Amino acid sequence: MPGLAGRMSTTIKAKISKMLDRAEDPAETLDYGYRKQQEHLQQVKKGIADVVTAKKRIQMQSKKLEEQVVKLDTQARQAVSQNREDLARMALERKTAIQAELQGLDTQVTQLEQQQEQLIENEKRLRAKLEAFRTKKEVIKAQYSAAEAQVMISEAASGVGEEMADLGLAMQRAEEKTEDMKARANAVGELESAGVFEDITQLEGGSSDIDRELAQLSQGTQVDEELAKMKAELGAGSGADAPALEEGEKEEAQ
Amino acid sequence: MIVRIAGEGQFRLPDNDAERLNELDNSAVAAVEEGNEEKFHSFFEEMLSLVESDGEAIGDDELVESDVILPPRDVSFSEAAGEFTGEGLIPD
Repeated sequence: MPGLAGRMSTTIKAKISKMLDRAEDPAETLDYGYRKQQEHLQQVKKGIADVVTAKKRIQMQSKKLEEQVVKLDTQARQAVSQNREDLARMALERKTAIQAELQGLDTQVTQLEQQQEQLIENEKRLRAKLEAFRTKKEVIKAQYSAAEAQVMISEAASGVGEEMADLGLAMQRAEEKTEDMKARANAVGELESAGVFEDITQLEGGSSDIDRELAQLSQGTQVDEELAKMKAELGAGSGADAPALEEGEKEEAQ
Repeated sequence: MIVRIAGEGQFRLPDNDAERLNELDNSAVAAVEEGNEEKFHSFFEEMLSLVESDGEAIGDDELVESDVILPPRDVSFSEAAGEFTGEGLIPD
């Protein structure tokens, strides 16, 4: 098959034959590979555990983040009613970033937990195959000529090698996901510490690095849409008639 | 034929499934080349369903090489695309 499956198969098979061709004793080579993978697997599992811990911490913080979302929304409304679109945009950008991170985090941690379960299954299967290989090797040696036995053992070894390569791929993907998740958890941590604006008017002039980052993170279109909606709702653009901040807050409370 | 779904083990499929599987694989590749993510996922889903519905799981004591290896179920579009630009799922 020349397609996607074909490429996967070719790459994996090339790897296995490279590993086994050099081997005088395929059983020894497989055992060595297995031990190496075991060590690696421990690291991968630890990485996943770290991410799950980070997720729990974030879950505890997420109530606070949700409160921030509400506050930022209010602040954006206040800014719109004062004809300060720039400030409103900043508040909405921050709000959008928090929402996106919270949502993305949840989905990805679920995926990672599934990958972890799969890794455990993978490892079980590989162990069983290795066990079967050891037994089979002895049986083949006892029943066939040396030349025949060599061919059969090498075929069986390729089967086990494929299982091993498969676990390798699963570990590699779990590791990549783990790295990605760590970065995400950090991003949420930063959003949390950035918080809501103490005083929306203080934003004037300087926008910090984090604000610029947030602007990049957030989806511009969503902000634009929300801003337009808010302006329409609040009837912004009426200049001097725009309600003052305090009045805006009263309206919110009603 | 023996088919592996990466991360999930091997299945024995009737040989006459090979053609269908090949067709779906080609369609999935075409979708990747078009940059059509939705189409890719739908063809890939079909491949998985075919293996699951027609395939019989291979026991732990059977040591065979696969004829075909499918990417992991949760393969992303960019990972699939990477298979064709040299950035494969499996590093050399």
